[in-house]
Amino acid sequence: MALLEIKDLHATVGDREILKGIDLTVEAGEVHAIMGPNGSGKSTLAQVLAGRELYHVTGGQVTYDGKDLLALSPEDRAREGIFLAFQYPVEIPGVSNMYFLKAALNTIRKHRNLPELDAMDFLERIREKMTAMNMDQTLLNRPVNAGFSGGEKKRNEIFQMAVLEPRLAILDETDSGLDIDALKLVAAGVNAMRSAERAMIVVTHYQRLLSEIVPDYVHVLADGRIVKSGGKELALELEAGGYAALGIQEEAEAVGKA
Amino acid sequence: MSESTNTIETIANQEYKWGFVSDIEADAIPRGLSEDVVRLISAKKHEPEWLLEWRLKAYRHWLTMTEPTWANVHYPKIDYQDIIYYAAPKSRKNAPKSLDEVDPELLRTYEKLGIPLQEREILSGVAVDAVFDSVSVATTFKEKLKAMGVIFGSFSEAVQEYPELVRQYLGTVVPSSDNFFAALNSAVFSDGSFCYVPKGVRCPMELSTYFRINAKDTGQFERTLIIADEGAYVSYLEGCTAPMRDTNQLHAAVVELVALDRAQIKYSTVQNWYPGDKNGKGGIYNFVTKRGACRGVNSKISWTQVETGSAITWKYPSCLLIGDHSVGEFYSVALTNNYQQADTGTKMIHIGKNTTSTIVSKGISAGHGQNTYRGGVKILKNATGARNYSQCDSLLLGDQCGAHTFPYLEVKNTSSQLEHEASTSKIGEDQIFYCRQRGISSEDAVSMIVHGFCKEVFRELPMEFAVEAQKLLGVSLEGSVG
Repeated sequence: MALLEIKDLHATVGDREILKGIDLTVEAGEVHAIMGPNGSGKSTLAQVLAGRELYHVTGGQVTYDGKDLLALSPEDRAREGIFLAFQYPVEIPGVSNMYFLKAALNTIRKHRNLPELDAMDFLERIREKMTAMNMDQTLLNRPVNAGFSGGEKKRNEIFQMAVLEPRLAILDETDSGLDIDALKLVAAGVNAMRSAERAMIVVTHYQRLLSEIVPDYVHVLADGRIVKSGGKELALELEAGGYAALGIQEEAEAVGKA
Repeated sequence: MSESTNTIETIANQEYKWGFVSDIEADAIPRGLSEDVVRLISAKKHEPEWLLEWRLKAYRHWLTMTEPTWANVHYPKIDYQDIIYYAAPKSRKNAPKSLDEVDPELLRTYEKLGIPLQEREILSGVAVDAVFDSVSVATTFKEKLKAMGVIFGSFSEAVQEYPELVRQYLGTVVPSSDNFFAALNSAVFSDGSFCYVPKGVRCPMELSTYFRINAKDTGQFERTLIIADEGAYVSYLEGCTAPMRDTNQLHAAVVELVALDRAQIKYSTVQNWYPGDKNGKGGIYNFVTKRGACRGVNSKISWTQVETGSAITWKYPSCLLIGDHSVGEFYSVALTNNYQQADTGTKMIHIGKNTTSTIVSKGISAGHGQNTYRGGVKILKNATGARNYSQCDSLLLGDQCGAHTFPYLEVKNTSSQLEHEASTSKIGEDQIFYCRQRGISSEDAVSMIVHGFCKEVFRELPMEFAVEAQKLLGVSLEGSVG
């Protein structure tokens, strides 16, 4: 059974239909890239899978690990192992990054009938991952994302992912706003997480992230539908010819972003 | 309606948990206020002549005053002749000598409130002077404190046992003519706490009083006086919950603090008077005058308050910074939900040289709550080198509530430095969703954000109180990881 199975998914925001029938099957261990121009519905797909209520699912089904995903609350999806690395990580003033992550990990552990970790055990557990993502202690003591640079925010997302160990990770434009060094660091963090039990959906506008995180499959999204699917070479084709080569118009204005 | 708004409403709509009326017979006098009533109160308490005169003087002055209307609060007119001005639990007549003799009903009341006296007595090292209605019925650790020279007990006892001390300081910080409610209190105050810490003594435990309004339609007029003599230190905790009822109840307390040379007083409050129901019916009117005088050099007075209750809160714990190098602090969290109204803040009056004051105010508004910060910083002409830092932050939950800030600055000395910061924020749907995507429920997310918002104030509370404050705000503890 596939880890994630999306069938004919339709979603609207306000009275505008953004997703117009998405079909996608993701097996454990696979990395799928979703590419497409601005406004094609990439971010909407990521947000709908995470359960953002801003979007209304008007048709179709999503099965995750045998469960009806659309019936679960966002927090239950997270506890069941779905992680969304946000395109725009949210700032939460007053709440320390460390405390936030410990609270998240403990709710997830509780859901899995694992004992909650105390501060010491938690620190012990994350130390290695901090080093890997170049997250120093001061960054962890600061309020969640508050005053973080763009790169720090994205690193923080991947660090959270490493700590929470999801089964399905959805990376929404994780490369946006990163310089090449930061991109390599983030990609290394993601690659370290690849495993036979874990699936990833990597949403990106550009091919450059996919040179670092090499996908098993590439899907091209346009106007709310997957118009083309292929292997990793599809990303290179797009790089060479652009979306126009596939006959896709790029919209000037980005929509569907939260 | 979005999920986060729902959660915020759920939290905002949480019913008052401590609402119940205890069945203790009260020894009450008839409704209304007159010179005779003032005399009767004084007589019932066997007060000396000077105190009766002091009360009468206050009463006569009160008659010439009008209720203040400048606060940003709205309530129906109070009929001062429809209030019972004195009630004492009957059990007082057979004055209990130990907890065993205390009315078991009263002890159960405390238990319902989660304040098991005995447990506190034995385990926590907190001396509890419990004000139940108007008369103190249980005082603990008094002997131990006495051995160090610390006087701590009910105000009435102090009047009997230490009349000179009371007379020396009563009304010297908040004069009986100070304001309408202070004058009323001065005329009819029933009881309260008194504390004197002698020279050089560091009070070995946190002093704590739990206030509780219980007898029906009884106004509660506490009078508290705390004096820290030269080099002394005392930390005083005040907390209260009140039972559910429909009639608005007037609560007009006066608290006076006096800090002499190098003395320090830390006064912490968790206030949870009955706020009224979801529609704004009932609830306590809390019109309080709290003021501390830093009389000595290098003295310090620190107010910390967590205000979650009352239908109306009118309260400005203030500091008179008279001694050179004296320090005044005010840390406040005020939460209003449903139809609660709070107009609260502080006044810092810089009189001596090189005086410093800090104000950190956090207002949280939910439901239809209206939250006003009103703060005054006054630097007098001779107060060279004065410094003030003020920070007022407001957090809005939902879109029916309001936050208002009125900072007043009056500076008459050019060598002073003042800083003022203010912010208003709203718990956003995107913040809630971000938390939920990490597995944290909406309710916990709101708690976490609210707690994070109040952290700077909670940090100032003694440990015993921090827990209670967190419970009151319904938040999860933000641990100090790393």
